[in-house]
Amino acid sequence: MSDMAQPNRLPAGGAIEGRVDRNRPLAFTFDGKSYSGYAGDTLASALIAAGVKLIGRSFKYHRPRGIFSAGPEEPNALIELRGGARREPNTRATTIELYDGLEAASQNRWPSLAFDILAINQIASPLFVGGFYYKTFMWPASFWEKVYEPLIRRAAGLGRASESPDPDHYEKAYAFCDVLVVGSGPAGLAAALAAGRSGARVILCEDDAQLGGRLLSERQTIDDAPAHLFAAAAGGELRSLPNVCVMSRTQVFGAYDSEVYGALERVADHVTAPAAGVPRQRFWHIAAKRCVNAMGATERPIVFGGNDRPGVMLASAVRTYLNRFGVLPGRKAVVFTTNDDGWRTAADLVAAGAQVEAVVDPRASVDENLTKAAAAGGVRVLLGGYIVNVTGGARGVTSAIVSVAGKRQILTADLVAVSGGWNPQVALTTHRGGKPRWSDALSTFVPGDLPDGMTVAGAANGDLGLAESLRKGSEAGAAAAAACGFSAAPAPQPRAEDEPTAVAPLWHVAESRHKAFVDLQNDVTADDITLAHAEGFRSIEHLKRYTTLGMATDQGKTSNLNGHAMMAALTGQAMSDVGTILSRPPHQPVAIGAFAGHHRDRHFRPTRHTAGHAWALENGAVMVEAGPWLRPQYFPRSGEKDWLTTVVREVRTVRSVVGVCDVSTLGRIDIQGRDAAAFLDRVYVNTFSTLPVGKARYGVMLREDGFVMDDGTTSRFAEDHYVMSTTTANAAKIMQHLEFCHQALWPELDVSMVSVTEQWSQYAVAGPKARELLMQLYGPDVDLSNDALPYMGCREIPLRGIPTRLFRISFSGELAYELAVPARYGAAVLEALMALCGALGGCPYGTEAQSVMRIEKGHVAGNELNGQTVARDLGLGRMMSTKRDYIGRVMAGRPALMAPDRPTLVGIRPVEKGRRLTAGAHILPGGAAAVAANDQGYVTSVAYSPTCEGWIGLALVVNGPARHGERVHAFDAMRNNDQDVVICSPVFVDPEGVRLRG
Amino acid sequence: MLLILCPYCGPRAEIEFRCGGESHIERPGPYSEVDDGAWADYLFTRKNPKGEHRERWLHAAGCRQWFNVARDTVSHTILAVYPMGKTRPPTEAGT
Ligand SMILES: [Zn+2]
Repeated sequence: MSDMAQPNRLPAGGAIEGRVDRNRPLAFTFDGKSYSGYAGDTLASALIAAGVKLIGRSFKYHRPRGIFSAGPEEPNALIELRGGARREPNTRATTIELYDGLEAASQNRWPSLAFDILAINQIASPLFVGGFYYKTFMWPASFWEKVYEPLIRRAAGLGRASESPDPDHYEKAYAFCDVLVVGSGPAGLAAALAAGRSGARVILCEDDAQLGGRLLSERQTIDDAPAHLFAAAAGGELRSLPNVCVMSRTQVFGAYDSEVYGALERVADHVTAPAAGVPRQRFWHIAAKRCVNAMGATERPIVFGGNDRPGVMLASAVRTYLNRFGVLPGRKAVVFTTNDDGWRTAADLVAAGAQVEAVVDPRASVDENLTKAAAAGGVRVLLGGYIVNVTGGARGVTSAIVSVAGKRQILTADLVAVSGGWNPQVALTTHRGGKPRWSDALSTFVPGDLPDGMTVAGAANGDLGLAESLRKGSEAGAAAAAACGFSAAPAPQPRAEDEPTAVAPLWHVAESRHKAFVDLQNDVTADDITLAHAEGFRSIEHLKRYTTLGMATDQGKTSNLNGHAMMAALTGQAMSDVGTILSRPPHQPVAIGAFAGHHRDRHFRPTRHTAGHAWALENGAVMVEAGPWLRPQYFPRSGEKDWLTTVVREVRTVRSVVGVCDVSTLGRIDIQGRDAAAFLDRVYVNTFSTLPVGKARYGVMLREDGFVMDDGTTSRFAEDHYVMSTTTANAAKIMQHLEFCHQALWPELDVSMVSVTEQWSQYAVAGPKARELLMQLYGPDVDLSNDALPYMGCREIPLRGIPTRLFRISFSGELAYELAVPARYGAAVLEALMALCGALGGCPYGTEAQSVMRIEKGHVAGNELNGQTVARDLGLGRMMSTKRDYIGRVMAGRPALMAPDRPTLVGIRPVEKGRRLTAGAHILPGGAAAVAANDQGYVTSVAYSPTCEGWIGLALVVNGPARHGERVHAFDAMRNNDQDVVICSPVFVDPEGVRLRG
Repeated sequence: MLLILCPYCGPRAEIEFRCGGESHIERPGPYSEVDDGAWADYLFTRKNPKGEHRERWLHAAGCRQWFNVARDTVSHTILAVYPMGKTRPPTEAGT
């Protein structure tokens, strides 16, 4: 008929030639063999053109399978698309747009598609009947993991994942509109036109690359012209309207709360690889006031013997391959239909030059126009007939065995076109709990309760006629726009006909004695349904789980209804009582990558850098995560053999000279207002209204249940202006807590707060020469003497025109300051500080040295503020005001939290000098057995202290403060580090605080 | 994927918000006159209605304001949105 490369391509210029672009040939490979197709083809249509019938092997029985449909409902023609890291298994050949260089491979076959050893599964098929997972492989139990499961996994399976990181990226996008139209068949186009012309903001989503839906596949006319021209013209008008957005290659896969719809736009799936900077797919959240659901319908197959053989195809798909793609799926066809619509396939095949052996229709009589037209095309009509079996093999169908009134005849054929009627796409109407309604007239479920804001039009609503679809679509579009406040004068309806669509239900040809498939993708047969019934798995939910009916990647789009109807026939129930399985989104498979979007790898949670980050890296810092930030952990110098050597040097330098540490990551909250002081008195256990201007104070905050939440220093810069600091880890949480307290608990307080963590860079300058360093920085005009800026004082001091804040606070226990500067000067000020620091013999220090020094001083941190400690446990009980209410006050007074035998903060030292301590060790009385009943607390923090020249630790120990000097046992079986320790004061260095006041 | 009408920013996607649980819970006081039972209720006792639930939401990735939402726990329909400290306004649908 055509050239050698595409033997099944209909010749150009014929009565039916399709609408692919014959001037743009495209090369592709399937299982390594080269083929060609045209722009506008799908992989499926190009394979049909090339004469490839065998596409894959089935899931359980490894039966040869071909192309069954022409759309997203495809259960058989699943292939691995692309190679390497882009290899994608289980893609449907019927939805893949052909592109030049496309690589596809069959799957689930070994060693090759044509010769598949595991086709032996067909002979062993009694092992694989419904419920086989639960029966055949149950004994002996130990065989399951080692023998049965690997065997089943190799034998029954689909494609292989690439196992490499996905090289592509995915975007998320948000859109808002008045009217969302889903589907661009006749109803969808009419709806979009009606709504668009009214001025409403319209989004039209079409899964296919082209607008038109079934209009692209049928030889119908609208306004006396071919229907596909109407689709093109409507698309042109819609694209010209500024208030209409047409999104092709976009499938709406889910209806969610608040009238939000999920949609996936395939931005670059129709090319070899996305261009630089272009996402592969875009994940849309579309918030639509109204939705016109015009998703159309899916043709229903019939269950009969051999109905899975390559060459058995949905009747409407045959028309699509002829009329849209110009390819001939077979030269000698039998049409098996229970409805008028299927007869059109016979007519189209004849028009395309194929031979149609017969139309087999189980109905005793049909519209005589149908039989007349068939006879005129030389087609035999077998009314009251059934196909009981189809013979054939890997090369496809060879014959159909037809039974008419008990008499059988064999019809030679290479194509069997099947139609059991049409199932409206009800999925979107059910995603929010709506239940479809059974229609006796259509023998199928139609949309029932609809989600708020949705109307359904056209075939999706069971309106199968073209004129009716156009009219109902137009009405739905106008009504949706009107509901959003838009109206337009009604336009004249396009002229079209309502073709006959009568249908008589037939699910299963009972006479069939050969394997008859209900679910092609999961290899569920008619016998499996019978078996499920016999074994009592009769509700459709049980049937689904017992046989796996409808549980494959196609979600039973072509199989569920037949299976449920067959069960209903066995139980004698009406379909309206049986109901149907409600589908969940997504309606079609969506790549996990699209759900993740850019939230992967390091982008899952952005890493935050301080202004001093680059300086730290240039100076060799080893960085560590601190909350969302990266901070310098220590600054190793050449020749230092390990981190401990470095940290010891840093601590000694700070304690003897001076050091600088970037503390910008601590949370800072600016609090202002007439009632700022009163507000702080209610959120801290201690009092801040008495804090003089120019002073800082350490504060502790509780949760309302009485446990310590956070601590930090808060400074007062004016009567109505405080700056609070929080721990790095809790910065966001404390901000939210304060906002809640103000907005929900005490809205009457005149106070405002804002997080300024990112607006300021802050550096701790600590050590005996800290004042000298800062005097050099600020110059001789600034007085930093003890009188001018005493311990716990704070001042705003300009530094060469830059506003800075200087706090005389100390975490290290040394004479220390924290210098805050606007973040944009952070890097410059840090460099200036470090130059002066180096000249004085000081050094930068990181979080490790900071931690060592806070343990030496007995300051609590995250290990002690662990959500299980109250202020008394941490030795902070005396800070708690007794005069007033504050968050957590009452609950902190619960008797159990006041009990003197609660574990309380102490220091510990090893008895054996030089022995290493480990955090997490449990404290036991000397000589007591290591059982929970004897547990008296645990070690929270440990460090090697250069100042004490040995390991020290902090611990929470029962009656701790009363036991200083007592020898106890630190039990650490996990790390095999049991040892005796001595309890001591938690303040190891300068307990009188002489240095920090110096 | 709720679409929530922030009283200050307009309709925004749920991902920008944080739910703070049941609303209209008064903090008891003055503290010296409140018994343990009232504190326990304040801290721990919550309604769990099937149907309308009034809850506090924070527009965390937006204006940072807390506000009240009346939400149907069955259908997830948002019945009303109103500021902190206010009572639920009547709507056509109900109370
Ligand atoms: Zn807001």
